[in-house]
Amino acid sequence: MSWLDSAWLDTALHLIVIALHSLAVLVALLVFIAFVLLADRKVWAAVQLRKGPNVVGPVGLWQSFADFIKFMTKEPVIPSGANKVVFLIAPLVSCVLALAAWAVIPADAGWAVADINVGILYIFAISSLGVYGIIMGGWASNSKYPFLGSLRSAAQMVSYEVSIGFVIITVLLCVGSLNLQDIVFAQRERGFATMLGIPWATMLNWFWLPLFPMFVVFFISALAETNRPPFDLPEAESELVAGFMVEYSSTPYLLFMLAEYVAIMTMCALTTILFLGGWLPPFDVAPFTWVPGVVWFILKLSLVFFMFAMVKAFVPRYRYDQLMRLGWKVFLPLSLFMVVAVAGVLQTMGWAP
Amino acid sequence: MGVAAAFFYLFAGVAVASAFMVVAARNPVHSVLWLILTFVNGAGLFLLLGAEFLAMILVVVYVGAVAVLFLFVVMMLDVDFAELKQGALQYLPIGGIVGLVFLVELVLVLGTWAVGPGVSGAVKMPLQPAEVSNTVALGQVLYTQYVYFFQAAGLVLLVAMIGAIVLTLHHKEGVKRQDIARQVARGPATAVELRKVKSRRGI
Repeated sequence: MSWLDSAWLDTALHLIVIALHSLAVLVALLVFIAFVLLADRKVWAAVQLRKGPNVVGPVGLWQSFADFIKFMTKEPVIPSGANKVVFLIAPLVSCVLALAAWAVIPADAGWAVADINVGILYIFAISSLGVYGIIMGGWASNSKYPFLGSLRSAAQMVSYEVSIGFVIITVLLCVGSLNLQDIVFAQRERGFATMLGIPWATMLNWFWLPLFPMFVVFFISALAETNRPPFDLPEAESELVAGFMVEYSSTPYLLFMLAEYVAIMTMCALTTILFLGGWLPPFDVAPFTWVPGVVWFILKLSLVFFMFAMVKAFVPRYRYDQLMRLGWKVFLPLSLFMVVAVAGVLQTMGWAP
Repeated sequence: MGVAAAFFYLFAGVAVASAFMVVAARNPVHSVLWLILTFVNGAGLFLLLGAEFLAMILVVVYVGAVAVLFLFVVMMLDVDFAELKQGALQYLPIGGIVGLVFLVELVLVLGTWAVGPGVSGAVKMPLQPAEVSNTVALGQVLYTQYVYFFQAAGLVLLVAMIGAIVLTLHHKEGVKRQDIARQVARGPATAVELRKVKSRRGI
């Protein structure tokens, strides 16, 4: 049969493999996020000397799944004045875009669904698209608080993307490639540990040490980019009720919530890849190298998320003008200067890749 | 027809359809949203051409930043749609004539299109670059051969940005502004003052 010739069969098989691969990544990611949500609430509770969710399952382990079922079975309310199509598309856009970023993230060598040349730019582009879900949701709700929340969110995300972009550029200057795997591999070979003559201490090779100021700027910008406290101005409950999510209920709300946490996970993964050596073990010696790379990746991811959760627990919310000042007057000049400085050092010392 | 061709027709079809909807949509916010869809499909077409860097930059710059500002402005504007629609019909003949002229010009240009004899081999697009990736190749050309044009473009943008700020920035007199350095520098010595207050007098 002509339609079964080998080229078409290969293409079909290839597509099926990609679909299964994506499905595996998404399922693993979503299950992980269910427990990350719980961990977030537990950390928050522990800081405030509470117990946190502890009723559903042993120490509240199934809390996120119970919440999930609750969201699914509730009635979705659509305000009569809302722009219905845009109102319902907005959470979908948020969620799909947030999940799409995970196509290029390598949890171990060669594990990314799509190992593309411009992986880091792809994530940057996807996260800059994330703002549309929020703007559309806020506008389509046809209500004051959501609209104010979405305007705040748009301005905030656009502002902090600038500094994130410059931080990424400093890392790329040290790597010489936009591929996420190359960024991790670059942290294995060269760096402080190799210079000191102790190449087994790969931890010192990672970019968090030479680019420490950029690591801090990136972490704070990631908080702002994902609307995490202390930068959760778009949904500041003391001013805007719940910001752009006021009118949402049930599954659409769930999608927004999920998108937020997926975006946070993406930013944690990006921090891990850019500054913490991705899936590389902290020491390149026997007991550490036995552990598979993906375990190291998840451990580092969890560490970064723990920092996210701690910041949420004990930093008070910023005022909006202070947020803008931090983005434009502190981080932008600092990161711009660092781009020039890093480029200059790499060029004069001959370290440029 | 391979997978690439199928994706080309998908992106091109959606791009043309959403470009039409930009003009046809009644609500300007919907127009901007359709415009964004057009941009994204344009990025998809770039990807199919093997220009992945351009595709991503298109999404980051145009969709992620420029279109957000469009959306901002359009959402904040209070446009009376009924009034806009009233005048639309009387401009139809002029618009139609302009469109027709453009169409004729396009047909003339495309109809008489001729490729020079040696060109087709020289400008062939490298779909699968062997040694250097698209991004590296672009960087190598941009920062060597075209570095002055690149810098000049940057300067033009900088001047435009400064111009916009100068035109719109007004410092009002008498507005209290927060001076964070001064706040932080304030210590107990300057901030707290102990006074002996006499009873029923006040300060």
